[in-house]
Amino acid sequence: MHAATSGSTAIRVEAISKTFDTAAVLHDLSLDVRAGELLGLLGPSGSGKTTLLRIIAGLDRPDAGRIIFGGDDATRLPVQERAVGFVFQHYALFKHLTVADNIAYGLNARKRSERPAKAEIKKRVGDLLDLIKLSNFGDRYPSQLSGGQRQRIALARALAVEPRVLLLDEPFGALDAQVRKDLRRWLREIHDRTGQTTIFVTHDQDEALELSDRVAVLDKGRLEQIGTPDEVQEHPASPTVLKFLGDTIEVEAIAQNGRVHVNGRETPVSAPASAVGPVKLYVRPWQLQFADEEHAHLNGFVRSSYRAQGRQRIEVDRPGGKLLVVEASDNARLDAGHPVGLKINSGYVFAN
Amino acid sequence: MAVSSPRPRRRFRQPSVIPGFGLTLGYTLTVLSLVVLLPLAALVARASGLGFSGIWGVATDPRVFSALRVSFGVSLLAALTASLFGSIVAWVLTRYDFPGRRVIDAVVDLPFALPTAVAGIALASLYAPNGLVGEQLAKVGIEAAYTPVGIFIAMVFIGLPFAVRTVQPLIAEIDKEVEEASAILGSTRLGTLTKVVLPPLIPAVLTGFALAFARGVGEYGSIIFIAGNLPYVSEIAPLLIVIKLSEFDYAGACAIATIMLAISFAVLLLINLIQAWSRRRFGYV
Repeated sequence: MHAATSGSTAIRVEAISKTFDTAAVLHDLSLDVRAGELLGLLGPSGSGKTTLLRIIAGLDRPDAGRIIFGGDDATRLPVQERAVGFVFQHYALFKHLTVADNIAYGLNARKRSERPAKAEIKKRVGDLLDLIKLSNFGDRYPSQLSGGQRQRIALARALAVEPRVLLLDEPFGALDAQVRKDLRRWLREIHDRTGQTTIFVTHDQDEALELSDRVAVLDKGRLEQIGTPDEVQEHPASPTVLKFLGDTIEVEAIAQNGRVHVNGRETPVSAPASAVGPVKLYVRPWQLQFADEEHAHLNGFVRSSYRAQGRQRIEVDRPGGKLLVVEASDNARLDAGHPVGLKINSGYVFAN
Repeated sequence: MAVSSPRPRRRFRQPSVIPGFGLTLGYTLTVLSLVVLLPLAALVARASGLGFSGIWGVATDPRVFSALRVSFGVSLLAALTASLFGSIVAWVLTRYDFPGRRVIDAVVDLPFALPTAVAGIALASLYAPNGLVGEQLAKVGIEAAYTPVGIFIAMVFIGLPFAVRTVQPLIAEIDKEVEEASAILGSTRLGTLTKVVLPPLIPAVLTGFALAFARGVGEYGSIIFIAGNLPYVSEIAPLLIVIKLSEFDYAGACAIATIMLAISFAVLLLINLIQAWSRRRFGYV
């Protein structure tokens, strides 16, 4: 959705490995973060995305590999000197300090020689309060604010020190759906305005696809794919990426002469040259269409259907007890038990 | 549907699924009166027989005055020490995991459970000039037993569990991410400790201090063994009360008791006020 900012490399993650106790969390993971981009680290829980973020921040040390900030090796740099901003899922605000003092904390923590003058700190705090639209909340305490407000303060606190990179760990994870949506849009706006290099971690694919300039999909401590939201959606590098980005239906298929066949019928899906013989065809719910018997690739019976947001979702029982969900815009009301045929319009096949 | 709204009434309680406000409040007041207020009232009534000038006379009696000074002065010092030391103990027991942690954690409670006389004998034998510790202290010129130093040691001993147990739950509650946030924002370790970690603990430390102080003022058993009880030097006010009683000077005993009551009340009130202020200032708003 958003054009990738083709800036220089701001942060290079080089062959990072990390093991906790005996469980490996990150395997030889490398990726580049471009200056000014908003990079989403997407992955299921346990994929190592938070660990990677913490290693970049300096909160955890990698067992092997290097973290390079703008050309300088920062692997051994203590967390205090990394000049990163970090936003925690549960805000981690200082409860005993006012909102203004929370935001000013990083500036006040500086050595006297590097600390801005009091008036300047006050002005900076005021500007940030304006930015997060909480201008009149400077004297409040965090416990008097809502979750969304607290997270905005956490962001302002992180931005106050003008970090080289802003790191957000599931920043909207603890908020309810509506607030999450607003904050997402707002974060994008702030990013567009400040051009701050930002990495955020999420397990929510919608969030990653909506917000990111580029998405890095992690699974089991490995980087599966990195690319723009369009790239990862149109050309997923692996079934893992595909499955993680949305609902998928797995269909047994045969690759033959560059075409994929299902139940003896040819589909419009072309098979890569390396895929021969029995393969798995992955189909999104909206890549299926109702069709009559002789054009159908799949058959089954309607189990139930419901409407949401102008589309119809129909659950179909397939022979063998498999269930699939079809998304259709037709208004045809399908009763439970009704036999249906389904035609595959497109899909994804990976080399076997 | 018109519902006549009843006139708003001042409520003393929140609606709850569990009944029994009247019963529990009544019980509370009865027990409090019988066990706490009535004896204290009797004490004051007895002392008032002397009249204000009588009580004043007792208070300004050099021996009484000195005993009161020892009791309250040493209690304050001991509570201060117990708070400082207890906070460190609580910190170590909560933040770190090491072999024997649970044993040490259990040992902290011993002064709670030990009969005070046992503690007194143990401390006296340890700190006596020929005792294990006392011998070493004597070498550097410190006389522990039979001086206010001994009283101080006994008071720290019995006050420590209060200081530890009140702070411990709050230390356990400290959010590790808050410390990380402070470090990421560039704060030094010392800065993180003094600006982020410690301030929220202050109300609990004050509670521990108040309890240790109160316990120290009221302590009798363990102190008289180690203090030596020399008038004007290491005689505590509770002992003086016992002495007055044994001399059948009930009014005098009550007078000292009343004075102690008044001072204790004033000190605890002051601590509570500071606490209320710090609670507002350092969290839990």
